[in-house]
Amino acid sequence: MRRNRAEIDASHGKLTRRAALLGGAQLLFMGGLAARMRYLQVDQADQFRLLAEENRINIRLIPPARGEIFDRNGRRLAQNVPSYRIVLVREDAGDVEAVLDRLSTLVELDAETRERVIAEVNRSAPFLPVTVLEDVSWDDVSRVSVNAPALPGITPEVGLARVYPRGQDFAHVVGRVGRVSQADLDALEDPDQVLRIPRFQIGKINVEAREEAVLRGSAGTKQVEVNATGRVMRELSRREGQSGADLQLTVDAHLQGYVQARLDGESAAVVVIDCESGDLAAIASAPSYDPNLFIGGISSADYNPLLNSEYRPLVNKTVQGTYPPGSTFKMMTAMAALEEGLIGPEDTVYCPGHLEVAGRRFHCWKRTGHGRVNLENSLKQSCDVYYYDLAVKVGIEKITAMANRFGLGIKHELALSSVAAGLTPTMAWKLSTRGEAWRVGDTVNSSIGQGFTLASPLQLAVMTARLATGREVTPRLVKSVDGVERPDGLGAALDMNQNNLNKMRKAMHDVVNDRRGTAYRSRIIAEDMRMAGKTGTSQVRNITAAERARGVTKNQDLPWNRRDHALFVCFAPYEAPRYAMSVLVEHGGGGSTAAAPIARDVMLQALAGGDPPLEAYPQGDRERIAEQQERLRALRFGTDGRARDRA
Amino acid sequence: MSYLEYTVKSVPTGLRKILFLNWPLAVLLAAVAGVGFLMLYSVAGGSFTPWAEPQMKRFALGLALMIAVAMVPIWLWRNLAGLAYAISVALLLAVELFGTVGMGAQRWIDIGFMRLQPSELMKITMVMFLAAYYDWLPARKTSRPFWVLLPVIMILLPTALVLKQPDLGTAILLLTAGGGLMFLAGVHWAYFAVVASAGIGLITAVFESRGTPWQLLKNYQYRRIDTFLDPSSDPLGAGYHITQSKIALGSGGWTGRGFMQGTQSRLNFLPEKHTDFIFTTLAEEFGFVGGISLLALYALIILFCIASAMLNRDRFASLLTMGIALNFFLFFAVNMSMVMGLAPVVGVPLPMVSYGGSAMLVLLLAFGLVQSAHVHRPR
Repeated sequence: MRRNRAEIDASHGKLTRRAALLGGAQLLFMGGLAARMRYLQVDQADQFRLLAEENRINIRLIPPARGEIFDRNGRRLAQNVPSYRIVLVREDAGDVEAVLDRLSTLVELDAETRERVIAEVNRSAPFLPVTVLEDVSWDDVSRVSVNAPALPGITPEVGLARVYPRGQDFAHVVGRVGRVSQADLDALEDPDQVLRIPRFQIGKINVEAREEAVLRGSAGTKQVEVNATGRVMRELSRREGQSGADLQLTVDAHLQGYVQARLDGESAAVVVIDCESGDLAAIASAPSYDPNLFIGGISSADYNPLLNSEYRPLVNKTVQGTYPPGSTFKMMTAMAALEEGLIGPEDTVYCPGHLEVAGRRFHCWKRTGHGRVNLENSLKQSCDVYYYDLAVKVGIEKITAMANRFGLGIKHELALSSVAAGLTPTMAWKLSTRGEAWRVGDTVNSSIGQGFTLASPLQLAVMTARLATGREVTPRLVKSVDGVERPDGLGAALDMNQNNLNKMRKAMHDVVNDRRGTAYRSRIIAEDMRMAGKTGTSQVRNITAAERARGVTKNQDLPWNRRDHALFVCFAPYEAPRYAMSVLVEHGGGGSTAAAPIARDVMLQALAGGDPPLEAYPQGDRERIAEQQERLRALRFGTDGRARDRA
Repeated sequence: MSYLEYTVKSVPTGLRKILFLNWPLAVLLAAVAGVGFLMLYSVAGGSFTPWAEPQMKRFALGLALMIAVAMVPIWLWRNLAGLAYAISVALLLAVELFGTVGMGAQRWIDIGFMRLQPSELMKITMVMFLAAYYDWLPARKTSRPFWVLLPVIMILLPTALVLKQPDLGTAILLLTAGGGLMFLAGVHWAYFAVVASAGIGLITAVFESRGTPWQLLKNYQYRRIDTFLDPSSDPLGAGYHITQSKIALGSGGWTGRGFMQGTQSRLNFLPEKHTDFIFTTLAEEFGFVGGISLLALYALIILFCIASAMLNRDRFASLLTMGIALNFFLFFAVNMSMVMGLAPVVGVPLPMVSYGGSAMLVLLLAFGLVQSAHVHRPR
């Protein structure tokens, strides 16, 4: 093919032009790339560098060790013990099935666990540990450790578990911890990140819950470098957290244990308060339960009996339960009348066995009447008519105001869950809640702690402490935090006539120590431990006219849950009050028969700091008491002398 | 213009040809390959295995191949162009029939010592074939419809085969390179204007057909387009590549984090860190300075090729050189656009740097042709 020169030059010229054009376009595009690179790498560098750091660095939380809880003498009530679990890492294990087979020859591994582990292993990333067994015994851990070469991918891990060495004694005081639930998180405004750690535990009730902020501590952090799949490549930095603070409670574990054993078989509550500081030496609700059962999640076989028992072991009767205080309220009515100056201690009222008020007949518990009684006799014999008469004179507002000054109807600040305020009625209260006007009959009922009035055993104990000391004692449960004492509860002196208080104490003394007193059978004969108190029996039902006619009012003839509550409040020693106490036995019958004997035993136990000398009891009781002491020791410490609890 | 019409008296012969190679171009290629070794060494966590060492061996082999190809007179290559094209198309068909399924795409034939990707070969042989075609075609016929239609078919045939594999990236590359060559050969502007408007129409059709039974692209290709348009919509799914790649680039800053200090790639945040996304490692570890340097190296390679093509009065040689340069340009331009979030992720490697056997061998083979054209240029 021959072509002329001009054509060749023309086509070459065109090619060159177009080549230059295309080349220029290419360079232009490269310029664009360079500009983009500059934009990303220079202009936006800071932003992207931050993103890269976030990609790379993962902050892991180190859970803090929870603070431990001690009793007033330093005995452990809640502690952390090492807990072992066995974990499996798939990528190290290789053949998971084979490894589990070998593991099952060493430790117990049921089919259900196996299935769960295999499912979990297949679901999670190969480098993430999967828990095979939790709460493994030390023996099992050692067996696994010794056989480690045959068990690739299996490692024992150690963590801390919460244990309550005194079991049921402190379920209603210390409470318990549990896994953080969604409800726990929802309840908090700004939940601590540490709560998101798997298997982290949070206080669920009582001191564990109320002092959560103190006990929890703060989480440490470690920065780790992770790759795209989340595998930890190395630890970059570590900041140790702060362990939770240790708490010391005011409760005496020995006394608490004694009370809990003494209440065995009853549905009852006892509160022992130290008159000199407001310290709660014992605060026991029976029946109780073992909080350790709850820690890993309680089985329904364990839980249902607790939930369904009519003795309500899950309810803390000391603060949560409120009861008509019955005759233990009479001191309030009397104090209101005395402080108002409406009566003198020696003024008498005639008790014919009933009182007509506003056309209604109110009965005294003693149908034949007490005759002419003054303050001391009326309290000693628990004459109702005397108080009906006072109440009508004083009026409900004054009585309620007095009750409030003694701590009734007031919610005491205490590190326990569901502390109840009780109820001290007023005219306005009745009008607003019931829509009915106050009637004088209501005042009459209130004067002997029936009707609307409700009080918790804690409130009754505080009331008694205030009567005993004449000071505004407030209860204290947490003695110190990490060795730093919290303010005690010995309040200011009550602005009342000391003479009147002395009269009340003398009357209470006679209740127990006078031959005609309702609690005479529960007296303490040791001079330096003499007890003063007041019985109470509160009706849980209205006695119908038909019943009255039939005469079926004996408690023993009624079903358990319709019997009267037995109450007793007391303090001792009479001369220099050390402890004040309230005892409640649900549906126990009379205060003098069901509650007062318990109060005496507990009071002596508290004053003696252990089993009291039998000489403190009246002669006739000693044999029985000796037997009882023996039985309770066996119950508490076992017949072989080995401690029942794991302290 | 055929060499037959020129005197060839000054064309070097025998081993003397080595002295007349376009040495600056060879050095530039070696420099780019060197950057590649460095990066492969780095992404392997400071190790020659598994990537850097095989890559070096292949580069040595490719360099030898390039020189061997350069020794062969360019007219011989021109005469073989038709055959090479036919073989490539046949191989593409073979892949379609017997190819190994890898990464969800049938792309290679196992020929014993290496896996051959016919689509790689196709990029070069198509350029060869078109260059030979326009060398043969009298210049005045260039813009006549029949003589335009013929190369269009020659371009569309392999493109269709590649698209069917499916390999969208290579298909776009083939189409663009073929079109570029026709532009260089002097086809009239009007044709390109028509194609451009048709292209816009096609893009519209692609989007409009989505979801219908006759949709033009596979679903994964649509998803790639979606995530390209809005990578943040699915940061852990399909948009992950682009987001992480931009983070790596951006965190490099001016001078980078230093050799082997790139956290993004070393900690596996970057996918395909040794192949398509290797540029991000470079940009992360050496920063803007490193990235712009590589871009400059590429620009120099292109400029040397264009200069060589302009100086060469042989039409085939000139067209071939320009075509190969264009191909090379498309490679890195598409790859860089992709990692910088300017183009969808289409799976185009960074030429001479990304790990990959057949791509590098084919490229060096192509530059052998460029060298041959340079050595045997009419003087």
